[in-house]
Amino acid sequence: MVEISQPTAPVGPADAVASPKPVQDERLREASLLTKAMRRPELGALAGLVLVTIFFLSTADSSMFTLAGMMNILTPASQLGILAVAAALLMIGGEFDLSIGSMVAFAGLIFGAFLLLTGWPLPLAIAATLVVAALLGGLNGQIVIRTRLPSFIVTLAFLFILRGLSLVGLKWASGGSTQMRGIGDQAGEGVVREIFSGNALEGLFAWLASHDVIAKFPNGTPTVTGVPVSIVWFILFALVATWILLRTRAGNWIFAAGGDANAARNSGVPVDRVKTGLFMLTACAAALVAILTVLDAGSTDARRGFQKEFEAIIAAVIGGCLLTGGYGSAIGAFFGAIIFGMVSIGLTYTRFDSDWFQVFLGAMLLLAVLFNNFIRRKVTGER
Amino acid sequence: MKSLITGLAAAAALTLAAVAPASAQQNSRIIVVSHGQANDPFWSVVKNGVTAAGQDMKVQVDYRAPETFDMVAMGQLIDAAVNQKPAGLIVSIPDASALGPAIQKAVSAGIPVVSMNSGSDVSKKLGALLHVGQDELDAGKAAGAKLKEMGGKVGLCVNHEVGNVSLDLRCKGFTEGFGGKVTVLPVSNDPADIRAKVKAALASDTSIDTVMALGASLAGEPTVAAVKEAGKGGAVRVASFDLSANFLKAVSAGEAAFAVDQQQYLQGYLPVAFLALNAKYGLIPGGNVPSGPNLITKEKAAQVVDLSAKGIR
Repeated sequence: MVEISQPTAPVGPADAVASPKPVQDERLREASLLTKAMRRPELGALAGLVLVTIFFLSTADSSMFTLAGMMNILTPASQLGILAVAAALLMIGGEFDLSIGSMVAFAGLIFGAFLLLTGWPLPLAIAATLVVAALLGGLNGQIVIRTRLPSFIVTLAFLFILRGLSLVGLKWASGGSTQMRGIGDQAGEGVVREIFSGNALEGLFAWLASHDVIAKFPNGTPTVTGVPVSIVWFILFALVATWILLRTRAGNWIFAAGGDANAARNSGVPVDRVKTGLFMLTACAAALVAILTVLDAGSTDARRGFQKEFEAIIAAVIGGCLLTGGYGSAIGAFFGAIIFGMVSIGLTYTRFDSDWFQVFLGAMLLLAVLFNNFIRRKVTGER
Repeated sequence: MKSLITGLAAAAALTLAAVAPASAQQNSRIIVVSHGQANDPFWSVVKNGVTAAGQDMKVQVDYRAPETFDMVAMGQLIDAAVNQKPAGLIVSIPDASALGPAIQKAVSAGIPVVSMNSGSDVSKKLGALLHVGQDELDAGKAAGAKLKEMGGKVGLCVNHEVGNVSLDLRCKGFTEGFGGKVTVLPVSNDPADIRAKVKAALASDTSIDTVMALGASLAGEPTVAAVKEAGKGGAVRVASFDLSANFLKAVSAGEAAFAVDQQQYLQGYLPVAFLALNAKYGLIPGGNVPSGPNLITKEKAAQVVDLSAKGIR
């Protein structure tokens, strides 16, 4: 056996006490904070919101940016936004639901019928309406999955079916009229009513008004009595949806199902269950919007929610969702809905003739989407 | 990227330059919020009335309406109008419970409110100063009285939307003004169906000599066609509410007796004039102002056809 002695390295005093320097891997490039921020899908929507705000700051009456004006803009934005966030989740999952506008009208009819015709108490009527909506959403989903038809076509058919059923149902339920009235009175007062209609934080706003922080009308009542409940629901829904998408396994499943359903299925993602669940979610979101608006208005009619499905999809696309699925965010849809609300109500604060409104609306949406697309291409390095 | 930014900046500067002078005026401002869309021929006449009144009274007027028949959106438009503190607000009220809170908020804000076209029964309760529109019951009575004067004894009222309060009142007024025997014929709003049902009704009851339709293009024209088909052109008199080009032609040709014009131009013009004078001198009429009915018989039909092409009737 030959002993091979290892040459020993000279040990200097410096090596013994200094900690080893961290190794910089020159293959990794540190992206700056700005670039990281720009890579998020919401950036385009946020930039679009800034653009639109600048436009209105220069052309609109200054009362648009008071507290009352902002509440006025956020209310329709929140009603659309609840639909937009749900539509965004479904779009990320790779499907469309064109029936949500008609579902709002139909759910309003069902809700009114439960309250007025069967005389159920408010909590039961709300729960029953959500259950019926979920069942219809599940039906949508199952038809799409089993027939493998594009969801565009299946839900388009339901758009007409539900709109027609709302008209027929309203005439039957109200004895010939296309409006159902008196729902607000029948619903009564109580904790559940407070959650689904009216304003939140009324005490805080009354206190602020008494200390002259909030402007008052000439007869003494404050201009803003509280935060409309639909805005609170909108913010909560957007936060919960974002948390689900980014922090839970279900969120991963949604991205996977939208990115490539086949690959996802092969990786063990229950794609059918995810898609059915998303259709049920959009239907329930439509039912929630119906409940909120019917309780506030006290009545429902056959034209509620008309064309809202297209507006919801536009808000989701402005917010960065790809029409092909697999990419997007709920916060983006949040900003997209606010842009939509700001443009549609904001134009009435300007001096432009109302005949031009649709032209402006379309032009601003196109601009917002183009800008969004440009930013996304630039930062993800697409050619 | 740079060229895009310079392009956007240039566009922004141009927009600012274009709109800056407009915001310098300080005239009284009146806002109209109605449920009629800009592309609806009936409502574009109202809008023309509003614009003409704005020019004549030298006030700034803005006409706002939702893109579709959407009561929720209309309430939000009223809120937006209130926030801008105009000198006056004009609204139509097709759904009192959905729009009530927004209108009451306008009244609390101290803004003078005038209602027009619909909601005459709830207008005062919600706090509006007055209502400009056609009272359906009175219009029906006037039409019935005129047809009675023309020699009618047995009548038929064709109602294409039973349950619509305005239409039911029209038939009710017609019955009261006519005096003779009147049957209400419920039909759908499909013109072919209306034509068939009116023909059947004329065949089953040969004593009918008067038919009242509640909408010219929807029910009036098919009724004229049905009467011709039944061979009763000279014997049965047809009249209708509201105007349409073909129905007016029938009136000129003598195939129909008259059309009831609710003069929606006045529903746009008068409220603006009243609120402008109210802002300037504090004047306001003491009650509701009926904008119609104006019975368009053969003599007046030619002028109305001309003006209807211009969007004034």
